[in-house]
Amino acid sequence: MAEKISNKSVLFNPFSKNNPVIVQVLGICSVLAVTVSLEPAIVMGMSVIAVLAFANVIISLIRNTIPTNIRIIVQLVVVAGLVVIVDQLLKAYTYDVSKQLSVFISLIITNCILMGRLEAFAMANKPWPSFLDGIGNGVGYALILIIVAFFRELLGSGTLLGFQVVPQWCYDHGYVNNGLMILPPMALIVVGCIIWVHRSFNKDLQDE
Amino acid sequence: MLRKYLDKIKPHFQPGGKLSAFQSVFEGMETFLYTPRTTSASGVHVHDAIDSKRVMIIVVVALLPCLLFGMYNTGYQNALCSGVEMSFWAMMAYGFLAILPKLVVTYAVGLGIEFTIAQIRKEEIMEGFLVTGILVPLICPVTTPLWMLAVATAFSVIFVKEVFGGTGFNVFNVALTTRAFLFFAYPASMSGDEAFIASKPICGLGGTVHYSDAVSGATPLGQLATGADHITNAVGDPVTTWDAFLGLIPGSFGETSTLCVLLGAALLLITGVASWRIMLSVFAGGLFMGWIANVFQTPTYPASMLSPVDQLVYGGFAFAAVFMATDPVTAARTGLGKYIFGFLVGVIAILIRVYNNGYPEGAMLAVLLMNAFAPLIDYCVVQANVSRRLRRARSNS
Repeated sequence: MAEKISNKSVLFNPFSKNNPVIVQVLGICSVLAVTVSLEPAIVMGMSVIAVLAFANVIISLIRNTIPTNIRIIVQLVVVAGLVVIVDQLLKAYTYDVSKQLSVFISLIITNCILMGRLEAFAMANKPWPSFLDGIGNGVGYALILIIVAFFRELLGSGTLLGFQVVPQWCYDHGYVNNGLMILPPMALIVVGCIIWVHRSFNKDLQDE
Repeated sequence: MLRKYLDKIKPHFQPGGKLSAFQSVFEGMETFLYTPRTTSASGVHVHDAIDSKRVMIIVVVALLPCLLFGMYNTGYQNALCSGVEMSFWAMMAYGFLAILPKLVVTYAVGLGIEFTIAQIRKEEIMEGFLVTGILVPLICPVTTPLWMLAVATAFSVIFVKEVFGGTGFNVFNVALTTRAFLFFAYPASMSGDEAFIASKPICGLGGTVHYSDAVSGATPLGQLATGADHITNAVGDPVTTWDAFLGLIPGSFGETSTLCVLLGAALLLITGVASWRIMLSVFAGGLFMGWIANVFQTPTYPASMLSPVDQLVYGGFAFAAVFMATDPVTAARTGLGKYIFGFLVGVIAILIRVYNNGYPEGAMLAVLLMNAFAPLIDYCVVQANVSRRLRRARSNS
C-alpha cells in the first residue's frame, strides 16, 4: 500500500468518521429488522463483530493464495462458515434471542458491510490490521444498532432489555406506547435522525 | 391604529435593530394582519396583492362549515348517547369546548416549530401551517388526547415539512401525515367503538356516556369492517344515506357532514383556490370503484354492499377529496396529471376501504400514497407531451 494507515485509525475511524451504517450507509436492512428491542440488537451486533473480525483475519491470511477470479466465492465460504458457527452457538446458549433474530443471523452472510470490508481491506492488508478493521467496523455497526434499538424499545414498548422503564403512573395518566416505533419505518427515521445529528457535528461529511 | 403601531416598532426588527433576531416573526405577523404592499414587479408574475396567506385564509373560511357542524355533531352525539337533554346552543358550546383545546395545542406546537426554524434559518415565516392547524383537529377523533396530538403534529411538521425545506416543499400532506402517525402509533385511541364520541361532561355540559350493547360509538365504516350486516347509529337506530349526507353520525370531528364539505368545496371552486379537476376526478374514481365493488359484492367484504353513492357520503372520503387531495403542494400539477391523480385517489380509497377490513377508511392512505406518486405522474405527462411535440415537429419538417 502506498500510504501507511496507522492501526489506531483503522480501529477507531469506523466508530464515527467512517461509520459503516451512517456514513457508508451499508447494512441498513438488518438495522431495520433487528432493532425492535435492545437485546437482539446487542446480540446481533456482537455476532457481526465476531464474524467480521475473524473473516477479515482468515481472508487476510490467505489473500495471496486466493485466485482473483473466484475471490468472492472464497470470501462467501469463509463468512458462511463463521456465520454457521455463530448461529449454532446462539442456538445453544441463547435460544430465545436466536428465535427472535431468526433468519437475520444467517443473513449476515449477505450483509454488505462484510463483503465491503473483505474486498476493500482484508484482501490488501496484513492479518493484524485486518483484525482491527473488522473489530472497528463491527463496533461501528453495533453502536448504531444499539442506539436505534434503545429509542425504539424505550418509546415503542416502554422497556429496556425487557425491564419496564416507563413507570406505571405514566400509563395511569394516559401515556400510551408509540406503536409506530415498533414498525420498520421508524427505524429508518431514527437512523435518519442519527445521520442528521452526526453530520451536523462533522461538517466535512456534509454534501453541498 | 394597529398599522401605526406596527410602523412604529418596525425599525427595531430591521437588520441592525435591537430585535433584528425576531425579524421573521415580525414580518409574519405584519403580513398576516395586512395585505403586503409589495407585489411582484418582474417577469410573468400576476401583479396582484394576493399572497399565499390570502389563499390560506380562503381555505380556512371554507373549512368553517365543517368546523361548526363538527361542534354541533359532537354535542349531538354526546346527548344522544348519554341521554342528557341539551339545547342546540348547549350542543354547540359542548362541541366548541371539545375542539378548542385541540386547535390551541395543534397551532401552538406547529407554529412554535415553524417560528423556531424560520428564526434559525433566518427566513420569512411561511404560512402553511394556518390551514394544517385547523385540518388536524378536524380529521381526528374527538377523544384524541392532547399530548398525542402534540407529538403527531411535531413529528409531521418536522419530518414531512421542515426536513424537505418548509412550506411548499413537503412531499406528503402534513395534516394527513399527522393523522397517519396517530393511526399507526396509537391505534387503540384512533379507532374502535369509543374513540369517536366525546364521553365526558365538559364544564357541566353534556353527560357521561356508558358504553354497552345498546350504546356503541363505532363509525358506520367501522361497523362494516367488523362484520356488521347493517349500519346503526350510536344508540342502535338504522342510519340512512341522508343522515350520512347531513353528517349526524359518529366520526372524526369535522368530516362527517358531506353537505358542509360541499359548501366548503363550492367556496374553494368559486374562488379558484382548489382544482376542480382533482375534486371531480376523485369523486369519479370513488364512484367507479364503489360501483365495481357493488357489482361484485360479497358478504366477505361487508363494505362492498354499500351503494356507490353511500361510499361517497360515509367516512372521510368527501373531506379528503375536497380538502386533502387538492392540496396544491402535494398533488399532481399538470392538467392531465390532475385527472389521473384524483381518479386513482378515489379508486384506491374505496379499494382499501372495501377489501382491507383492517382499515375501515382508506381515504387517508389513498391520498398519502398518491402524494408519493404525484411527481411520477407529472413526469410521465410532461414526457408524453414532449415526445408528441417532437414527433409532430419531425413529421412537419
